[in-house]
Amino acid sequence: MNSQPAPDTPARISLSVSNLTVCYGAKRALGPVNMEIAEKHVTALIGPSGCGKSTFLRSLNRMNDLVLGCRVEGDVRLDGQPIYGSGVDPVEVRRRVGMVFQKSNPFPKTIFENVAYGLRIGGMRDRGEIAGRVEHALGQAALWDEVKGRLGESALGLSGGQQQRLCIARALAVEPDVLLMDEPASALDPIATAHIEELIHELARDYTVVIVTHNMQQAARVSDYTAFFYMGDLVEFASTDTIFTHPSQPRTEDYVTGRFG
Amino acid sequence: MKLRRRRLGDVTLALASGLAVALVLLIVVVILGDVVYHGAPHMTLGFLTQAPRDGMTAGGIFPAIFGTVALVVLMTLAVLPAGVATAIYLSEYANPGSRVTRMVRVAVNNLAGVPSIVFGLFGLGFFVQFVGAGIDRALYGGQRVFGQPALVWAALTMAVLTLPVVIVATEEALSAVPRELRLASAALGANRLQTIVRVVLPQALPGILTGAILAISRGAGEVAPILFTGVAYYLPKLPRSLHDQFMQLGYHVYVLSTQSPDVDATRPILYATVLVLLLLTFALNAAAVVVRSHMRRRFAGATS
Amino acid sequence: MRVREHTDQEFEQELRHLREQLLLMGSHVEGIIGSSLRALLERDSVLAQRAIEADRVVDRLEIEIDSLCLQILARRQPVASDLRFVTMVLKAVTDIERMGDLGVNISERVLELNREPPLKPYVDLPRMADETQMMLREALDAFVAKDADRARRVIDRDQIIDDLYAQIFRELLTYMMEEAKNVYRATRLQSIAKYLERIADHATNLAELVVFMVKGSDIRHPDSRADGGKN
Repeated sequence: MNSQPAPDTPARISLSVSNLTVCYGAKRALGPVNMEIAEKHVTALIGPSGCGKSTFLRSLNRMNDLVLGCRVEGDVRLDGQPIYGSGVDPVEVRRRVGMVFQKSNPFPKTIFENVAYGLRIGGMRDRGEIAGRVEHALGQAALWDEVKGRLGESALGLSGGQQQRLCIARALAVEPDVLLMDEPASALDPIATAHIEELIHELARDYTVVIVTHNMQQAARVSDYTAFFYMGDLVEFASTDTIFTHPSQPRTEDYVTGRFG
Repeated sequence: MKLRRRRLGDVTLALASGLAVALVLLIVVVILGDVVYHGAPHMTLGFLTQAPRDGMTAGGIFPAIFGTVALVVLMTLAVLPAGVATAIYLSEYANPGSRVTRMVRVAVNNLAGVPSIVFGLFGLGFFVQFVGAGIDRALYGGQRVFGQPALVWAALTMAVLTLPVVIVATEEALSAVPRELRLASAALGANRLQTIVRVVLPQALPGILTGAILAISRGAGEVAPILFTGVAYYLPKLPRSLHDQFMQLGYHVYVLSTQSPDVDATRPILYATVLVLLLLTFALNAAAVVVRSHMRRRFAGATS
Repeated sequence: MRVREHTDQEFEQELRHLREQLLLMGSHVEGIIGSSLRALLERDSVLAQRAIEADRVVDRLEIEIDSLCLQILARRQPVASDLRFVTMVLKAVTDIERMGDLGVNISERVLELNREPPLKPYVDLPRMADETQMMLREALDAFVAKDADRARRVIDRDQIIDDLYAQIFRELLTYMMEEAKNVYRATRLQSIAKYLERIADHATNLAELVVFMVKGSDIRHPDSRADGGKN
């Protein structure tokens, strides 16, 4: 039941997940999961609390390595190359698979330094190049016009929605292949949320986007493909249209229509 | 009536705490007043820059000031790297539940409770007689250079004394840095060292500095640990190298009040010395407050 | 069939109410058809008139159901099976309302016929009417039971209706060619048969909607679909 074929439209596959299982100590939190994530599309992960969708997301950029007692088995490949296994540096993985968190977490540095952070730790030194990348990233995050005159100010002075876009710009500056977003708009008001959703549409032209959301309407609005998780299992994975008009699994049907039991 | 009884309780409590505050303030004012009244007249520039003469009945206290400063500087140079590094290990690298971590924490806590005179004995036994003698045997062919009370050993002893303060203050500052910032840094492809150096330490700096200043102010005042490890009653010359002895303000106060041949002549000097010591302590504490508020303002912004 | 209720009881109630109203509308239309045919057979013009007036209830229900659907769409943002249900109801209401209008048309022709002596004994027309009524009833039952197979059987029966109509038309044609006096009554009867045939078509539409609602697959217009109707 967990072997889900890739959904209808043949797109290039960016991330390929096979038999992924995640355990915290003795408790199995997720899996085994098989899934293929399409390149330059938006894939949404939905499901009730504790269903494993955030755990799954963190497995895609090895952030689960930072959780004490977490064991990951199985195979995840980015453009065909495995990201787990001996010889693979998690730091390298995280440069190619970026992440934006639920609550925006800008560094207590200037706006410029926040966006430049990823570049600097990657070794970039040329001031001009850094400045260019910072401007480009802020432009992609639809924040450039609002902050171009105050790049030297503290990032903590921005509004909640702006801070979240700053975190997106910060992740984009290193030009990852994939952008993971963990409930990126859950702490924002409707207008800021709409901006973020619009941004996600734009970003999907250049990046593969995987987003975790507990808001089904958001998943329906924003994503091309949707994966429904329940109690650690991937129940159904199909195009968003299918999931929200005629899902094939009864558990999916129950969840999206609000029959939670 | 119920209402009146409650108000009575409120009033009583307010009065009692007010009285307590007044009492404390009174004590402080009396002590300070006494010291300032008797000491200020004697505190001239000459007093601060000259050496004592005539069996401490005249002259100044410059060597003691010099010695105190030298001691504190050396102590800081020793304790800060060790303390901050330990705290970083405990906070960022160690596995919180592991046996080693728990042992280190127990050791640090116990160290904080040791009486300062015991540190003095430790300094004598370990630094002076063991390490110092060993250095002498190895480098000076038995000649007594480091195997005796010296500035370096006193400084190291003080460093051991203030180590728990620095470790605890640093650890608290490090753990005050929110975990999300570390996660954000890791997600951008930083390894642990980069995260610590670029994100955690800068954010924890105010707390670390506060701990450092607390350590320093304690180091400026403690006398017991240096009794056997390096301080001297009277020295004709200022210490020129690490293996020389030194004079110190706190010890000088003790000396003046117990070893003076002429009590009346020494009394004003004594008061002035106490005043200098108190001023030094206040200055250090004030510096701590200023540094902390300055750094807080630099990192100010909406906490969202 | 798995029966799970919405966690939100109010939503569950709204959907239930919608279903009930649709069934009510359907049963009214059933009644109109039945009454108008009886009015023809028993030559009862009062009954025919009553049937015409009964259509007003049907029209009122159409408005009410449309409004309910709009409310549910706006406030509940239904998805999957709920969404298919609501959109199906919106479309079904149109078909049922049309059926009501056709029933009225039948009654109007009956009123005209009742002023003349009967042309012939009615054999096929009542059969056609019974068959049509049954199709409507079966379509509504399939809707209640969420039974796609039952709905498909309704679709299959449409062929019977078409055959009956052809037969009636041929027969009436001979009557008309026989004598010019027969033309007035024959054309009225032919109209009634035509109306019944169109009612049956609407019942078929209903059945297709039921299949869509239950299975999630749209089986309408198989020949014009890109996948050749294979979905």
